[in-house]
Amino acid sequence: MMDYEPVIGLEVHVQLATKSKLFCGCSTEFGSEPNRNTCPVCFGWPGSLPVLNEQALRFAVKVGLALNCRVSDRIQFDRKNYFYPDLPKAYQISQFEMPINGKGWVFIDIPGANGSVEPQKVGITRAHLEEDAGKLLHEGIKDGSLVDYNRAGIPLLEIVSEPDLRSPEAAYEYLVTLKSILEYLEVSDCNMEEGSLRCDANVSVRPRGETKLGTKVEIKNLNSFKAVQKALQYEIERQSDMLENRERIVQETRLWSEGKGQTFSMRSKEEAHDYRYFPEPDLVPFTVSAPLIEEIRKTIPELPEARARRVMRDFGLSEYDAHVLVQDKKLADYFEACVREKVNPKLVSNWIQSELLALVHQARIGVEECPVQPAGLAGLIRLIENNTISGKIAKDVLPEMFATGKSAEAIVNEKRLVQMTDTKLIEEVARRVIEANAKVVQEFRSGKQQALGFLVGQVMKETKGKANPKLANEILVKLLKAS
Amino acid sequence: MSETTRPFYQLTLKEAIRIAQSKGPDEILKAVWERAQALNPRVNAFLRLDSGKPAGGTAVLQKPLCGVPVSIKDNICIQGVETTCASRILKGHVPPYDATVVEKLKANGATLFGQCNMDEFAFGSSSETSAYGVVRNPWDLERVPGGSSGGSAAAVAADMTLAALGSDTGGSIRQPASLCGVVGFKPTYGRVSRYGLIAFGSSFDQIGTLTKTVEDSAILLNVISGHDPRDSTSANQPVPDYTQALKRDVQGLRIGCPKEFFVEGLDPEVAQSVEEATRTLKKLGAQIKEVTLPHTPYSVAVYYIVAVAEASSNLGRFDGVEYGLRVPAKDLRDMYFETRDEGFGQEAKRRILLGTFVLSAGYYDAYYRKGQKVRTLVRDDFEKAFREVDLIMGPTSPTAAFKLGEKAEDPLAMYLSDIFTIPANLAGIPAVSVPCGFTRAGLPIGLQLMARPFDEALLLRAAHTFEQETEFFKKMPVL
Repeated sequence: MMDYEPVIGLEVHVQLATKSKLFCGCSTEFGSEPNRNTCPVCFGWPGSLPVLNEQALRFAVKVGLALNCRVSDRIQFDRKNYFYPDLPKAYQISQFEMPINGKGWVFIDIPGANGSVEPQKVGITRAHLEEDAGKLLHEGIKDGSLVDYNRAGIPLLEIVSEPDLRSPEAAYEYLVTLKSILEYLEVSDCNMEEGSLRCDANVSVRPRGETKLGTKVEIKNLNSFKAVQKALQYEIERQSDMLENRERIVQETRLWSEGKGQTFSMRSKEEAHDYRYFPEPDLVPFTVSAPLIEEIRKTIPELPEARARRVMRDFGLSEYDAHVLVQDKKLADYFEACVREKVNPKLVSNWIQSELLALVHQARIGVEECPVQPAGLAGLIRLIENNTISGKIAKDVLPEMFATGKSAEAIVNEKRLVQMTDTKLIEEVARRVIEANAKVVQEFRSGKQQALGFLVGQVMKETKGKANPKLANEILVKLLKAS
Repeated sequence: MSETTRPFYQLTLKEAIRIAQSKGPDEILKAVWERAQALNPRVNAFLRLDSGKPAGGTAVLQKPLCGVPVSIKDNICIQGVETTCASRILKGHVPPYDATVVEKLKANGATLFGQCNMDEFAFGSSSETSAYGVVRNPWDLERVPGGSSGGSAAAVAADMTLAALGSDTGGSIRQPASLCGVVGFKPTYGRVSRYGLIAFGSSFDQIGTLTKTVEDSAILLNVISGHDPRDSTSANQPVPDYTQALKRDVQGLRIGCPKEFFVEGLDPEVAQSVEEATRTLKKLGAQIKEVTLPHTPYSVAVYYIVAVAEASSNLGRFDGVEYGLRVPAKDLRDMYFETRDEGFGQEAKRRILLGTFVLSAGYYDAYYRKGQKVRTLVRDDFEKAFREVDLIMGPTSPTAAFKLGEKAEDPLAMYLSDIFTIPANLAGIPAVSVPCGFTRAGLPIGLQLMARPFDEALLLRAAHTFEQETEFFKKMPVL
């Protein structure tokens, strides 16, 4: 088989976290009773008119600036006309000719071999404002369908990437990076389950080395980042096989079926809508002033990429650790709050990434809801640092803290877990261990270093983990050499 | 005749307010209601009429309009009252909210009196496309009242109401005003909120007034004008007291006559009346100058591209899903087809098709985009002309009222009825039609005056001066 190169571009729809809808004052609250958050405007009642939500505009500009986009000085909306029951006016107010954000770019980190990361620049084609449609409800209805217009008119930002992505993994990484930036900007809750982040993928393949683009296929119904990756993998294989068999790929829209792990044709290019875009006459074009853009620019916080660089520089973390920590703004905030308690940053990073995240994920909560707050984790790490407990004991203390909300110190005191640093006591145990393991001692003496590890382990076991492992090690070596 | 000896339905809005201030509006409402009820079977100016109970008891007397009746074109939403745009597709449609102008009328003490018949969705120049029967011209019941605000114009002309609101997209207030011998005022685009006006051509539509006198227009404009935060296209500009503008003085005003308005197709009797009006204004001290609006010949074509494009999109929402008519069918697609097939009349379908065509892929640049460019040229024509003159005058309509059915089968001839009114909509400028004479057959003729954007005050002053000098408004149809 020939070597085929995939060319991927993504369209991401982000719900902007405004309190009210894009063109009316209705609430954007998720999960309300059907059609509660509606008014003549978002219902599309005859005679009603849209008025732009300024906060949505500010959010859109904020994202544009963060994605290094050229922010348009003239803002215009267009009507995208098509018939569907979830679209109350039979047109969606969107932006076609003059998107608020033009070309930009974002850096993503492609994971390379053995923990290294390769930065890649991905072009942003545009990021424009538009209104969401309502939702059709079919379940449990015998005759026809019902429509819930609560979502109709909620502001969306459609972020379109250039076809710069070359693998499903890169696509995944792009989405993770984009989500991370959006979270840092606090413009969306990026909740995929509630549909506040949605993605369509465009993909074509071509023989490696070829510069002309192949025929692209659009994939819809992608409900998670993993689904995007899997659907792309499937589609790349499907298209490569077709090319290999000299079949013609048709331009079409395909739906991903998570259950079947396949894509299915939805409509061909010939069946595609003619949206008859034209400038929305109900919203006059206007200019976003330079001072307003500057004002918005000032609200942009430190973004993940810059934060990762700072965390590496200030705390000496590895590129990989920094990357993992900063991706989730709340996790990075947690880390920095911990470090402010004057404990070793590397220890903090390790403890967060290994033990804390496991507990948090298991409990299916966000790190910000974790019962062990940064000061609590710092307290635990401090006990390790000053040899009050061993790291091994600490691994038992943390779940206890998580479950009870008690401080590390309280648990250590209650359960008498304070580390044994009395050399005499450790020496007693060590002697017993040496006597009981003559064979292993023999091995150590014949030069087998691993044998020492076993003996240290035995000491730890005898002391129920309370012995200071470093001390145990030293004492054992001393005794073994002496006898 | 003094205002106390004439029947109350013959009162102007101004006179009625004065009487209502002392006696309350009840007698006036009763007289107008009886008149409207008696004549409506013949004129069909109203789609819905009720006895017109004054709103708000005695409190209404403290308000500027004192409970006097004002009628509303049936494309302006009134909360809780059926509003249909004279279309089958909106039969039974009850808006859940008031249009801004309705809110303002209510707040100022008007009694909303009946809803006026019109061309379906304001598509037409004769009020014959109404799904609920044609409107007849009070001056000759065999003739059209013009359109699309034909019901509003006919009701005012026949004393079936004191004043009415209409909407003007390409002449829909001025042309029927001209054909019915009343005053029709289209304000600057953005002067009056469109919120609650069921859209036809969103970038052209403007609510305005149909009244017996220019002064009555000023009274109503005072009530309905002004910025509305719910309409992004409404202008945030101060509204002067228009009744203060009504001085009888055109001394030194420079009035332009565009040579493109006096061309073939203009009825000689209309031309004669307008020329007579020119002499009158000159006699009153105005300077009459010839001006040129070179892109006028393209106006109708451009209008029927851009306005129908907007209309095709605006009418998409009438799909049987949320409101109005729904024809049940085997699936969604057929429900759309059958609902829209049964719900829309022929002219609505024609414009939806035309609008859909000019916006479709491959034709957009050739039609819609080019149309917008020509629209800019038309606007530039006016800007240039208004550097030399303060007002522009000409005929409102190329002919007086034509026979029912005369142009119904010939859309192009019908479209040309708006040849002189469309340019003001393309440019967004204010314009008024004021009676300027009668044909030998006794049909009214209208003079059109146009002004710079937001110069309604000057327009009212000139129209008022002309009206008071000529007194054509005193002649009434015999019914």
